[in-house]
Amino acid sequence: MGLFYPLELFVNWLVYSVFNLSSKTLFGEAINFFIYDSIKILILLFVIIFIVSYIRTYLAPEKVKKILSKKFEFFGNMTASSIGIVTPFCSCSAVPLFIGFVESGVPLGVTFSYLISAPLINEVALAMLWGLFGWKIALIYLVSGWIIATFVGYLLGKLKLEKYVEDYVYKIKIKQELKEKKKLQKERIKESLSEVKSIIKKVFPYVLIGIGIGAVIHGYAPENLLTQIAGKGNWFAVPIAILIGIPLYSNAAGIIPIVSSLIEKGLPLGTALAFMMSVVALSLPEIIILRKVLKPKLLVIYFSVVGLGIIFIGYLFNILI
Amino acid sequence: MKIKILGTGCPNCKVLEKNTKDAVEELKIKAEIEKVTDITKIMEYGIMSIPALVIDEKVVSYGKVLSSNEIKKLLK
Repeated sequence: MGLFYPLELFVNWLVYSVFNLSSKTLFGEAINFFIYDSIKILILLFVIIFIVSYIRTYLAPEKVKKILSKKFEFFGNMTASSIGIVTPFCSCSAVPLFIGFVESGVPLGVTFSYLISAPLINEVALAMLWGLFGWKIALIYLVSGWIIATFVGYLLGKLKLEKYVEDYVYKIKIKQELKEKKKLQKERIKESLSEVKSIIKKVFPYVLIGIGIGAVIHGYAPENLLTQIAGKGNWFAVPIAILIGIPLYSNAAGIIPIVSSLIEKGLPLGTALAFMMSVVALSLPEIIILRKVLKPKLLVIYFSVVGLGIIFIGYLFNILI
Repeated sequence: MKIKILGTGCPNCKVLEKNTKDAVEELKIKAEIEKVTDITKIMEYGIMSIPALVIDEKVVSYGKVLSSNEIKKLLK
């Protein structure tokens, strides 16, 4: 019996008894699927965002900077990727973050590990994956994202790319250091709850649209729809999925439910993972914003290496599962 | 009183600017509001998350969009 069994019973009762829809019709089944998934994801979003936001109250970027400036090489990359898991990523803060790290002596490769991990592994994606694919897939996603961020950052650090960072970055001097205010437990909890509220308000409409489209695909699209065109036999499917993911920025919440339905119709899991990672980690606004601090050559290297890392994960899981 | 809004022009920065203007108007205080969008200048304040609010050269909030009520408390 799963954690969500009581919810399943409740939704069955609501749809088949109260709404009086038949469990044997596609329509009844699609409505059941829609209501059950929406409630389940709402619960998971609430719990996971709360936990992550709470941890985050201890990890302001100004503090992360201090932690990372003392670490070197591989261990630093691992720490940076781990901290990136609980950090939100607003592409508008990418530039001050990058400059702040570099200025305080965080190695470039370690900075990249953090910049990759922060958007790639985010709490909304984790909650959605858990809700729609189960905790195992959510964990696989988390671990493979962490591995990409750690190794790609490490590799970029080894390549000695410092000269391809825009020159003005090194000239910036921070005049005043900020002192962190002591926060009370009550304030931390209040802050986390307001974070939960604002994130859910922002993503939930997309979640509903995504689940809606997913429910239609689930009910009406033919089985094996994608087995032919995007099945494991087609080696181009992974890179193509990643290219399609790049312009779909900021809609991860809506895309994951659709992907979950596409898996039922024959989309292999590795290709699906690669696609979702591309949606969250490779985005046009981020490319444009990072151009402010990275010279074109480094920008190209950065995005290509992250892209290759994602392709690797895609193939790996297509072979393993 | 001199108020500065540090931000590179992201949507959140614009909301903070509007809330600050509202707060100043409601309190009827004399304050000069300046928008700082140059990243070199922003970084001098030592912040790493934007938008930030600076009152008389002191950073009072960063990485957060304050409501006009919260700003009022800081202005008093």
